[in-house]
Amino acid sequence: MGFLDIDNATKSYGAVEVLHKVDISVQEGEFLVLVGPSGCGKSTLLNMIAGLEEITSGEIRIKDQVMNGVHPSNRNIAMVFQSYALYPNMTVGQNITFGLEMHGVPKPEREKAMAEVAKLLQIEQLLDRKPGQLSGGQRQRVAMGRALVRNPDVFLFDEPLSNLDAKLRVDMRTEIKKLHQNLGTTIVYVTHDQIEAMTLSSRIAVMNGGYVQQLGTPQEIYDTPANIFVATFMGSPAMNVVPAKVVVLNGRPHAEVAVHDGSMTQLPFSQDNLAAWDGREILLGIRPETITDMDGADRKSSNIAQMGNRIVVTEPAGSDTFVSMQLGGRDVIARMRSDAEVAPGQDFTFAVNMEKAVAFDPESEMRITP
Amino acid sequence: MASSADADFKTRLQNWIPKLVLSPSLAMMLVFVYGFILFSVYLSFTDSRILPTYGWVGWENYDKLWRLSHWEISLKNMGIFAGLYIVICTCIGLGLAIFLDQKIRGEGLLRPIYLYPMALSFIVTGTAWKWFLDPGIGLENVMQTWGWTSFEFDWIKNRDFAIYTVVLAAVWQTSGFVMAMFLAGLRGIDNEILRAAQMDGASNWNLYRRIIIPQLRPAFLSAFVILSHLAIKTFDLVIALTGGGPGRATELPATFMYSYTFTRNQMGIGAASATIMLMTIAAIMIPYLYAELREKR
Amino acid sequence: MSQASQDTAIRTGRVTRTLIYLVLLLFGLFYLLPLYVMLVNSVKPLEEITGGGMMNLPQVFTLEPWLKAWSSAQIGVDPTGLKPYFWNSIKMVVPAVIVSTILGALNGYVLTKWRFKYDTILFGLMLFACFIPFQIVLIPMARMLGLMGLAGTTWGLALVHVVYGIGFTTLYFRNYYAVFPTELIRAAQIDGAGFFQIFWRILLPSSGPIAVVSIIWQFTNIWNDFLFGASFADANSQPMTVALNNLVQSSTGVKEYNVHFAGAILAAMPTLLVYIVAGRYFVRGLMAGSVKG
Repeated sequence: MGFLDIDNATKSYGAVEVLHKVDISVQEGEFLVLVGPSGCGKSTLLNMIAGLEEITSGEIRIKDQVMNGVHPSNRNIAMVFQSYALYPNMTVGQNITFGLEMHGVPKPEREKAMAEVAKLLQIEQLLDRKPGQLSGGQRQRVAMGRALVRNPDVFLFDEPLSNLDAKLRVDMRTEIKKLHQNLGTTIVYVTHDQIEAMTLSSRIAVMNGGYVQQLGTPQEIYDTPANIFVATFMGSPAMNVVPAKVVVLNGRPHAEVAVHDGSMTQLPFSQDNLAAWDGREILLGIRPETITDMDGADRKSSNIAQMGNRIVVTEPAGSDTFVSMQLGGRDVIARMRSDAEVAPGQDFTFAVNMEKAVAFDPESEMRITP
Repeated sequence: MASSADADFKTRLQNWIPKLVLSPSLAMMLVFVYGFILFSVYLSFTDSRILPTYGWVGWENYDKLWRLSHWEISLKNMGIFAGLYIVICTCIGLGLAIFLDQKIRGEGLLRPIYLYPMALSFIVTGTAWKWFLDPGIGLENVMQTWGWTSFEFDWIKNRDFAIYTVVLAAVWQTSGFVMAMFLAGLRGIDNEILRAAQMDGASNWNLYRRIIIPQLRPAFLSAFVILSHLAIKTFDLVIALTGGGPGRATELPATFMYSYTFTRNQMGIGAASATIMLMTIAAIMIPYLYAELREKR
Repeated sequence: MSQASQDTAIRTGRVTRTLIYLVLLLFGLFYLLPLYVMLVNSVKPLEEITGGGMMNLPQVFTLEPWLKAWSSAQIGVDPTGLKPYFWNSIKMVVPAVIVSTILGALNGYVLTKWRFKYDTILFGLMLFACFIPFQIVLIPMARMLGLMGLAGTTWGLALVHVVYGIGFTTLYFRNYYAVFPTELIRAAQIDGAGFFQIFWRILLPSSGPIAVVSIIWQFTNIWNDFLFGASFADANSQPMTVALNNLVQSSTGVKEYNVHFAGAILAAMPTLLVYIVAGRYFVRGLMAGSVKG
C-alpha cells in the first residue's frame, strides 16, 4: 500500500481505450516522473490523478482514500500547469491565495501562508504585479507558489518547464529538485524530456501507447531497459540497436555483427544465459558512451572488447566527440572524449564496454533477461 | 468501479449546474424557434384566415400561392434584388478593401465613414433615400433648379425601375460592412507569400488575381452567406422606401408574407410563403453551418 | 497586424495611387450623402426643401423641425412627437440587451468549458436560429404573447428580442471562450472554485472585449428592429422605428420633410452614438474572438 496508488486505472473515450490498466504505487516523499512521447497517455493519467478526467475503470487512492469521483479540490492535491494557468486578472498574491480563499481559509492565515511561500520562492517583490508583467521564469515560480501554499498531499506537475528557454529550464530543474529535497513532498511529474526525467526522479514510469513500458529508478531504466522502446527513448544520443547473431565461442556467448566492409566481428557478452540463444538472431543494444577509443575505455569494466571499424563522420561537440560508423548495416554513434584522435574515413580500433551491452528478442522487442 | 454513484456531492452538483444553466436558453430555443417553425409549417396546411384554425387543407395554400401573380412578382423582384445586391456589395466591398489596403493615408478616417451606415435602422436609411430620390423634391428637382432642366430621375416612382432604388439603398447600407470583412481577410494574408510572388515577377494585377483573391475564399463565402440571408429577410427597407410600390413593383416575399398574414387575413397562405422563405435560407445556411462547425472540432 | 509587416509588397505607381484616392474619396462622399441630406434638411424651413434646395446649406437655420419631431408631430392619432416612442425603445432595449448578453455569456461558458454530448449539435441549432427569417415565427409568437398576457407590451417585445438574440450572443461568447485557456479553468477547479465562482472570478474579468461586442450588436439590432415592433406592439408600446415610419408614411396633411429628417436622425442617434463611441472596441473585440491561436 503506497501513499498514492494507481490501481488498474483505465481510460477510454467511447470505444477507444487510451490508457490500459496502469498500476503504479508511489511512496510518500517520492518523485515519480511520467515520461513518454506526446500522445502516450501521461497527461491523461496525471489529469485522472487530479480528478480533471474521470477514470473509466480501476481506482486511484491517496492515503488509502479512494479518489474516484472526488472533486479535484477535495483531493488535497495541487497542480502546476504547462502554461502556468495564472489568472490574468488577479495579482500574483491573489493568484497564490485564491485556492485558500475558495477553501474558506480566513484572510490573516492566507496572508501568512502567502508570505511564507513568497519568501521560500523569493517572489516577495512580485506579489502586487499581474501575471502579464512577469517573465517566464517568474510565472513559473508563481505557479509553484500557488501549488505550495495549499500544502497538499501530492504535487502534480504537467510539463512545467517546457515553455522556458533552454538555460532557464536547467536552472528551474535544479530549483524543483532542491525544493523536493527540502520539503520532502510527494510529486508526480509529467514530461516528454528524458533528461528531466533522469535528473529529477526517484522513479520513472516510461509510457508509450497507453501502456507503462517500464517502471523503475533512473539507473534501472537506463542500464536495463525493459524493451527497445525504453532503450531508445531514454538517453541522448539514443542507444544503438543493431541486428546481431549469438555465437558461442570457447563456451562463452558472443554477438556476431557485420562491420563496415561486411566482415564479421565477435563481441563477447557478459551474460552467460545468452548461450541459450546460440545461432539465433538478436538485437544488440549498445549505448554510445560505451563505444570509445582504447584509452577512454572504462577501467572498472571487466569486459572491454575490441572492434575494428571505419569512421564515417566525426562531430566534435566540445565536451565530447560523436563518431558515426556502420555496424550491422545500421548507423551507429559512439561518444568519445573530445581529444580522441579520430578522422572521417579512418580505420579505427574501438573499445566496446560489453558489460553494459544488452540483448533484445527481435520478435517481442523485449530485453532478454537472465 | 468509477460510477457516478460514488462521486461526492460537490462533483455531482458541478456536473449538473452547466446543464441547468443552459436549459432556459435551450427551452426558449426549442419552443420559440423550432416549436414555432413547426407550428407555422403546420398552419400552412390549414384553412387559417384571421386567426389560426386547424382545418387540414393539404397543399391547397401552396397551390394558391404559386398561382398568385402577387407572389410571382415578389419572387421575380427577389431574384433581381438578391442577385444585384449580392454581386454589387461584393464587388464594392472587395474593391474598397483592396484600395484601402494600399497603405492609404487617412484610412482611419475613411473606414468609419464606409462602415457607419451599418449602424442605422433600415427605416432611417429608407427615409433618407426615399426623399433624396423623390423626383418632386430630391435629386431631380435639385438638378433642375441648378439649371439642368432636362434631368430626369424618377426611378422610385417608376414601376420598371423602383426595385433598383431598393438595391441602391441596400448596397449603401451594407457594402461597407462587406468591405470590412474583405479587409480583415486581406490583412490576414501572409506578407512573405506576397514577397515571394513578387520575386517570381508577378505584376500587381497577377498578384491579386492569382495569389491574393483566391486566398480570400473564406471571406467570399461568409459575405455570400450573410448577404443572401439579409436579402431574403429584407423587409423594413422596402416598407420605408417604397411601401412595396409603386403598385406591387417592389414587393418582396417578406412584405408579401406580412400583408397576406396581417392585412389580407390569409394566414394559411402567409404561413406557406414564410415556410418557403425558411426553406430557401436553410438551403444556404445548413451546409455552411455544418462545414463551419465540423471544421472547428 | 504590426505596421512593420504592413510594409509590403505591393507597390503602386503615382497615377494608380491618385486614382485609388479618387475612388476612395468618391465612395466616402457616397456614404456620407444621405447623412448630409438628413442633417442639412433637418435644420431648414420646409420651403427651402420644396423649393429645390435639398442639397444646399440652410439659408435660415431653425431647430423647429427637431422640436416638432421630438414633441409635437402627429404620429398615429396623437400629436405626441417621437418622444414617448423613444422611451419605449429604451425600455425595450435595455433589459433585452442585458438579459441576452448574460445568457449568451453563460451559454458560451458552458458550451466551451463544460463540454458534454451533443454540445456541437445544440450550438448548431442555436446558430441556425440566428438566421431564420422571422416571418416564420410571427404568427405563433403573436399567439404566445397573447397567451402570456404580454401582447402589445414593451416587456413582450423585450422577451422576443431576448429569445431571438441569444443565438448571436452565444456565438460571440462561445468563440471568445473557445480560445480562453482551459488550463485556467482546471487550475481554478483544483483551487476549489465552483461553476459560478469560475465564471465570476476567472472568466468574466477577461470578457470585457467580447461583452462590448455583444452589447453593441444587440443594442444596434434591437434598437433598429422594425418587424417585431410593427407586428407585436400596440399604439402605446411602439418602438422608435415603427413611430418614425408612421410619421414619414402618414398621408394626411402637408409632408414635412424637414421634420421627417429630424425624426430619422433622432431614431439613428443612439446607434450612431454607440458606433462613434465604441465602434473601435467592437472591431477589436470581434478580432479578439475570431483570431484563432
